[in-house]
Amino acid sequence: MAAQTQPAAHPATPINVWLPPVILGWVIPGGGHFLLKKTGRGALIFASVFLMFLFGLFMRGMMFTPQSGDVLTTLINYGGFVADIAAGALYLVAAMFGYSQPDVPGDVHDYGTKFLVTAGLLNILAMVDAYEIATGRKD
Amino acid sequence: MPKINLSHFEAAFLFSLFTSVVMGITSKTTDKERRDYGAYCFACFLIALFGIAWLMKLGHG
Repeated sequence: MAAQTQPAAHPATPINVWLPPVILGWVIPGGGHFLLKKTGRGALIFASVFLMFLFGLFMRGMMFTPQSGDVLTTLINYGGFVADIAAGALYLVAAMFGYSQPDVPGDVHDYGTKFLVTAGLLNILAMVDAYEIATGRKD
Repeated sequence: MPKINLSHFEAAFLFSLFTSVVMGITSKTTDKERRDYGAYCFACFLIALFGIAWLMKLGHG
């Protein structure tokens, strides 16, 4: 019988080690990487998320708001809202300056909506990456 | 605020580029792997973009 290898258990990392990069990474895309001295990666993440969000705004993409309805409507609106918020300060600044675009038909608007949502989703990936770097699971 | 009108290709190209950069950075552990995976993702996006576009064109006759 082959011996089963157990994955090495990671010792629990204190919350004060990984929380600041994750929070900063949410507020400023790539900020967590900057805090962890990964400036090149942080700059690339910031540029990608920022430009994607900016193009989304320029294409007049729609910002999702939490709305209930049938299951699909609820899922799309709440999911989109969470993804929009995940862009951090970009979302907050746009909302603060009153950006409000109704859902209008048109391929450019539709692309814009997807750009805004994807910017947030990419920032979630970056936050997870910052968490893994802070806890020593990645370099 | 300026308003821009991108074509389908331009929008899909930019989407592919930004997404590939972040996926490359966050998915791998060494710089070479990140660069290779980012380029791989970008190539896959473009192949899918052209492939689906041709499928739709041929499907419509």
